[in-house]
Amino acid sequence: MKKVQDFKVLGYRRLNKDNYILTLIGEEDIPRIWPGNFAEIKVPDSPDVFLRRPISVLDADYEKKTISFYIKAVGKGTLKLGRLSVGQKVNIVYPLGNHFVVGQQQKVLIVGGGSGIAPFISLGRELKSRNIDTTFLIGARTKEDVFLTGEFARYGRVELTTEDGSMGEKGLVTDHKVFSGTFDFDKVYTCGPDPMMKAVAKIAGAKGVDCEASLENMMACGIGACLCCVSPTKEGNKLVCAEGPVFNTKDLLW
Amino acid sequence: MVDLKVDIGGLELKNPVTTASGTFGFGEEFTDFVDLGLLGGIFVKGLTLKHREGNHYPRMAETASGMLNAVGLQNKGIDYFIDTIYPRIKTFDTEIFPNINGSVVEDYIKVAEKVNDIDGINALELNISCPNVKEGGMAFGVSCPSAVAVTEAVRNVFDGLLIVKLSPNVTDITEIAKGVEGAGADAVSLVNTFLGMAVDAQSRKPVLSTITGGLSGPAIKPIALRMVWQVYNAVKIPVLGIGGIMNATDAIEFMLAGSTAIQIGTANFIDPQVSMKVIDGIEDYCHENNISAIGDLVGAMEV
Repeated sequence: MKKVQDFKVLGYRRLNKDNYILTLIGEEDIPRIWPGNFAEIKVPDSPDVFLRRPISVLDADYEKKTISFYIKAVGKGTLKLGRLSVGQKVNIVYPLGNHFVVGQQQKVLIVGGGSGIAPFISLGRELKSRNIDTTFLIGARTKEDVFLTGEFARYGRVELTTEDGSMGEKGLVTDHKVFSGTFDFDKVYTCGPDPMMKAVAKIAGAKGVDCEASLENMMACGIGACLCCVSPTKEGNKLVCAEGPVFNTKDLLW
Repeated sequence: MVDLKVDIGGLELKNPVTTASGTFGFGEEFTDFVDLGLLGGIFVKGLTLKHREGNHYPRMAETASGMLNAVGLQNKGIDYFIDTIYPRIKTFDTEIFPNINGSVVEDYIKVAEKVNDIDGINALELNISCPNVKEGGMAFGVSCPSAVAVTEAVRNVFDGLLIVKLSPNVTDITEIAKGVEGAGADAVSLVNTFLGMAVDAQSRKPVLSTITGGLSGPAIKPIALRMVWQVYNAVKIPVLGIGGIMNATDAIEFMLAGSTAIQIGTANFIDPQVSMKVIDGIEDYCHENNISAIGDLVGAMEV
């Protein structure tokens, strides 16, 4: 069940100049949030930010009634969300969208790039709880942009690439050695920049492995009413907010 | 006890608060947030004769106090609405208004005929003002002869309440309003979105795939209010006010300017529960101002 709820800012964890984790605390019970779900956050006290901002849920604590978001400040909305005061009221609509599907896999590969890593803490936890062997492959520009690897390590192996070679293998995620030689994964999950996801989906497709990708588009409502956030699929335009954000890549026109 | 009921050309709504076409889906999208049975009515997403994929992404741009959209009437066609969607939503205890669109008069007629045959539908909204479809829509609404022609054509095949949704992208909206009134419209709703544009300075490209789109939100409210006031004074049929209504005060302003009922549009994207808050706020306003019947507010602006 989706809901509109007021939270308060509990605090921030600053990852670097532009990247931060915002944690909110509320008084009501938090509905079940699945890996890949997102929230529409109203930027408080900011009349110049008219629309809500769709942000993937990083994690939630149902006991403590907290919810956290990994946010990269890229525009006025995400900049302002990084400058709130502790205790400030924040209104969110959540949980929105579909989620990654966890089935009867044995061994999965998660490929995340940039702020696309957000859904993968909760997905990793879900996979570990089902004893599914998980490898996280995280791509970043430089070592300064590599975050949350400690959290991922709790749920599986962590492999890294950086474009400048300052951490992990040098190059793009698709250059990483997991894609060469034996590829014995039976599912790939990916989230990040479109070119990265397309390249990952192409490799997975060529190897005959099922692949799910979480897309990001500009949204207004987030609940399937405005029809602004469409992505073309083999079955026509689909709503990233309500029919996604997670799509099986075989259904996309990639 | 405040009497919130309003009468639009013989059709009674339980209150003046309805939701605008294209901003509230088919109502179902909001069932987690809103008791739909409390609404005066729902104007459902625009329908066309055939399935439409709509325009390419990007279809939306945030602007100062508003947004541009260029959805382009994406919908699965009138038959899909009748066979699949309407059976699901007809149980909602509120008035369902189909919003119909076409690129030629014959399409409008065919869709209106089908709507006329739906049990339980008492009214339709004839959209002659969509700015995002090349071949039609707004083309009808910006010229008086074509607005009259399509209204007459639909009037001939539709027995229920006919509401014509007007475009603000005209020199004199009262001319169009008087024209459709003469052609048999029972009410007019205004305004649809204003034709606008957004440019990305970095890429030097338009933000929308269609270059231009329709502007909505509080940015357009003063212009919409002015047009409602002008049309209210020009025609005898009821006016449904639309344009940047974000709260009960905005809704009351539209009623004072001459709206018998109002449609909430873009605000549904910001707060999916806004329609409930507007109903409550209107009731509070009436209590505070000793107004026993909401109809007393219509056109009651003192000049």
